Amino acid sequence: MPGETQLPASVSVRPARRIGRGGRGAALAWGGAIAIALIAPHLFASGFGLSLLCRMAIAIVFALSFNMLLGQGGMLDFGHAVFFGLGGFATMHLLKLVDGGLALPVVLLPLAGALGGALAALPAGWLATRREGTSFAMITLGIAELAVALVVMIPQWFGGEEGVSGDRSGGVALFGFDFGSAVQIYYVLAAWALLAAALMWGVTRTPLGRLANAVRDNPLRVDFLGYDPARIRFLTFLLAGLFAGVAGGMQALNDEIMTVSNIGSAASGAVLLMTYIGGVGTFSGPVIGAVLVTLLQVALGTVTDAWQLYSGLIFVAMVLWAPGGISGIVQSHAPILRAGRGARLLGPYLALLPAVGLTLAGTVGLAELAYRLQAVRGGARAGRLFGLAVAPTDPWQWLLPLALFVLGAWLLSRLAPPARAAWQEAAAQAARGVS
Amino acid sequence: MKFTKAVVLGTVAAGALFAGPATTARADETVRIAYIDPMSGPFASTGRLGEQHFRFAIDRVNAAHAAGNRTFELVVMDNEVSPEKSLTMFRKAVDDGIHYITQGNGSSVAFALSDATAKNNRRDPNHAVLYLNYAAVDPALTNEKCNWWHFRFDADSDMKMKALADDIVASPNIHKVYVFNQDYSFGQSVEKAAVAMIGGKRADLEIVGTERVPLGKVTDFTPYIAKMRAAGADAVVTGAWGTDLTLLVKAAADTGFPATFFTYYLGARETVQAVGMAGKGDAQISEWHENVDAPEIDRMAAEFKAKYNENFYYWRVVNMIDTLAAAMKKIDSADPLKVGQALAGMKFQTPLGAEEIRADNHQLLQPMYVSVLAPDMPHMFPGVPLGFKTIKRFDAEETRLPTTCAMKAPG
Amino acid sequence: MQEILLVLLNGLVYGLLLFMLSSGLTLIVGMMGVLNFAHASFYMLGAYFAYTISVGIGFWPALVIAPLLVGVLGVVVERYGLRAVHRNGKLAELLFTVGLAFIIGEVVPLIWGRTAVPYRVPAALDFPAFTLGGINYQAYRLFMMAVSVAIFAGLYAALARTRLGLVIRAALTHPEMVAMLGHNVPRVFTLVFGAGCALAGLAGVIGGNVFTTTPGMAEALGAIVFAVVIMGGLGSIPGALIASLAIGFIQTASVTLDAPLGAVLGRIGLPLDPHGALGQLTIAHAAPAVPYLMLVLLLALNPRGLMGARAD
Repeated sequence: MPGETQLPASVSVRPARRIGRGGRGAALAWGGAIAIALIAPHLFASGFGLSLLCRMAIAIVFALSFNMLLGQGGMLDFGHAVFFGLGGFATMHLLKLVDGGLALPVVLLPLAGALGGALAALPAGWLATRREGTSFAMITLGIAELAVALVVMIPQWFGGEEGVSGDRSGGVALFGFDFGSAVQIYYVLAAWALLAAALMWGVTRTPLGRLANAVRDNPLRVDFLGYDPARIRFLTFLLAGLFAGVAGGMQALNDEIMTVSNIGSAASGAVLLMTYIGGVGTFSGPVIGAVLVTLLQVALGTVTDAWQLYSGLIFVAMVLWAPGGISGIVQSHAPILRAGRGARLLGPYLALLPAVGLTLAGTVGLAELAYRLQAVRGGARAGRLFGLAVAPTDPWQWLLPLALFVLGAWLLSRLAPPARAAWQEAAAQAARGVS
Repeated sequence: MKFTKAVVLGTVAAGALFAGPATTARADETVRIAYIDPMSGPFASTGRLGEQHFRFAIDRVNAAHAAGNRTFELVVMDNEVSPEKSLTMFRKAVDDGIHYITQGNGSSVAFALSDATAKNNRRDPNHAVLYLNYAAVDPALTNEKCNWWHFRFDADSDMKMKALADDIVASPNIHKVYVFNQDYSFGQSVEKAAVAMIGGKRADLEIVGTERVPLGKVTDFTPYIAKMRAAGADAVVTGAWGTDLTLLVKAAADTGFPATFFTYYLGARETVQAVGMAGKGDAQISEWHENVDAPEIDRMAAEFKAKYNENFYYWRVVNMIDTLAAAMKKIDSADPLKVGQALAGMKFQTPLGAEEIRADNHQLLQPMYVSVLAPDMPHMFPGVPLGFKTIKRFDAEETRLPTTCAMKAPG
Repeated sequence: MQEILLVLLNGLVYGLLLFMLSSGLTLIVGMMGVLNFAHASFYMLGAYFAYTISVGIGFWPALVIAPLLVGVLGVVVERYGLRAVHRNGKLAELLFTVGLAFIIGEVVPLIWGRTAVPYRVPAALDFPAFTLGGINYQAYRLFMMAVSVAIFAGLYAALARTRLGLVIRAALTHPEMVAMLGHNVPRVFTLVFGAGCALAGLAGVIGGNVFTTTPGMAEALGAIVFAVVIMGGLGSIPGALIASLAIGFIQTASVTLDAPLGAVLGRIGLPLDPHGALGQLTIAHAAPAVPYLMLVLLLALNPRGLMGARAD
């Protein structure tokens, strides 16, 4: 999987505004992305690995569509899963028709998702994009609640609790593939993900994409230039809904079932988390976030009960100390490295390492003890942590991680400022050197 | 410092993945059962309670060598009651060579898993999986959406309604019934069944109203109680559970609404504790409760309580694991296809009476009890001096309903 | 007649309850512009603190101590969390509260367990105060209403009539000027956030025993408080009260209407197949979705809400 996490980083580490230049770097990045998409299933051939890769492909498209709004257009949508889910339901209904004998290759079905997502975004966008900022966000919050209420109330269309299910291998076989197996569906989804990502990247280079940025930064000025900001927001919203619908369609093909939970606030929250952790400032940020958060959600949960707490802590830590997300961190160091000044940072950063390690070890120790204390009260065994037998009822065992945490936090508070200063100095020097 | 964070995050995630799908070869003597239920999130308490019952049941079977020379092992998988996450966990279970999965919370998850099981077993018969459902009660799972690989050990919501309805029809003091449910497929099917099974079954018995509210969205139930009162209801039938049920029964008590509540899920300890003495006289339908006269299960309950400091709740989990073990011992095989064939149509005795797994839809028929919260019972809830008292028992055979299931046996 | 009276009374009870739940959020959103998604979590903490305290020394001390504890926690959160992310912009602030809500939601079950705790209404108020249309109204309900009215009066008076209120309102629009006049603006914000959290905690103390105290209670409260605050207009205490009461009355009234949506819309000229999926829905059935419909329509038509001073 390390290969997989490198995919997005190599796509582009530049801000969206600068993507327009394209050129050799972009071609290289897309080539790399295609190569990784082709190779990945051979490295992770198990059903679980494939299913994880499929989820990543879906999440990447979903997060990219979300960032069309948040990153490019400055619009925070609290109900983006509505378009994802409705696109998925549209796809599911078409899939059922295909199961019933409609001659259509299932590969094309995410198109129905695109249509469903865009159609749903039409009224929602019309209402919401007349406003900006907090009002926009709150309208989408209301729309999301309304959509969920409606979907639950109308089981005739949305299948209620049991959802709508179909069989993707029931359609017309294409070149002998029926897309029943996990590998075949992976390639279908990967192709869709690459296609959708390429199209969304293309959108950033169109006048609409540029105008969306301008509306985000200064709507008044766009207005003076003779463009209607609300109209630009509306068009961006429609496109974002459309691509969220594609992601929903991909999910429908992958799971062969769509349920109400695909529309709800948890799904909308997850895409916000992915996009923010990856970084809203770049095109590749949401891709990184989608891959990492999918991993966190599925893999970390199989290792520890405390995974939700860790996700929350990681998220808050990112908001506090890395508001640009992971791609923001990379981005802020790229010019320094290019200017050949990376070596100067090595010292202060290496000095931080033990402090970070201590703090993390302390945090993990305390969290695991707390969760296992609860487990032990429930009659389960406490198990082992870092090779040590855990006895959470023993107060002395709490002392060690607590000490680690306090020591680490103290070291951090002492060492972080010089590291930050070194970084700022290097960045300033790099900027002078480049210009 | 920022960079280090990214590295740390990446390492945590990557490390987690490598630790994740570690596949171990299946030892012949060990039958692993994947328990796919919520272990984190808002429903984690339900999932944890289920896990304790499964551990208890499996320890019993292993100690008694009830499955012959096989031992059972529980593999816990967290799905957060999300169908998508359940499907990912299902894939993981198949990867790890697990052939038995069990789940109970959320009909949406049950449908997703049943569907996935059927598709997996058709596309990849060598990794066939048997799905043991211990608590998802949507009737469709053993009717129009039935699947040969799915076995249900809880009575479906129609069977439970039939028992409740029989009791209501036989109670001469009940004349006006109000049907109140949460608005999703389970609540809708409870409402449908209640209207069909109670309305017009006695000359002086009528349904005076039906109502569905969104799951977990209503804070104040007083307006609904006012509506029931205005309709003159003397009994309320509800499939509501959790906080909704608690708030509903509490609102009725606070406003002095005297109707009797006929419920599916009153028996949860939290609900009884929150409702308090106001719950007296309200009824539930279940396959067992603490005051059923079955000394063998009483001993089990005491043992469970001593071990986990929780009340024994899921008798059917023990029943299900025992039955699975008995089937494996009988045919001396853990092959899911053969075990499924052995389970279908199996008849057996439990401390509660004769039971049977229907061959036509793989639904377990078991005795059912309508019971009410009453004072001075041998077993009562902690902090609330009330316990369930049987007012009507149904033989397994009496719970049999016609089925529309048309499933095809594999092979 | 009696039916209308019942609807009015139930609507009033529910509306005042909503106001109590959302008053703290109105303060924070209005005065600081922070969409505090952790508001419901502070409400939950208030309930849990009150439970623990009431087990130890009784309900009445808890009524005072628990909100104060939550307020102190709020001050700490503002001072060492929110203030740090403030420079990263509005989105970062909002996301910080989202993350905080997530962490509180995980930590609470670690401390108090994953199931409901038996937090009960004090015996002194656990009796029917009066009866209307066969419905008893508990004395505790009246107490809740009284507290809600007191919160309104107190907040309104504090903001409109005191010097501190003047500074707070001025800091909202002209922070630099207020700072120049010698007031510590960050400290004012810290105080406001703490007070908002304390109000959430108070709502938890008073609501937790009626609506059950569980780890899921924050999530169950959900978006309704945002609907109130936004509809009322950001920062307007009277607006929030009016929005609460409006939602209370409309929702309670719609519960009692069993007419199918298809028939109603048909009468006002909107054709909808009365036998289709939508046409068969009754108004009662759709009642809980009504506040969100009101929210969306109101915001799309008038972004300032009912009585708001600020548009964003």
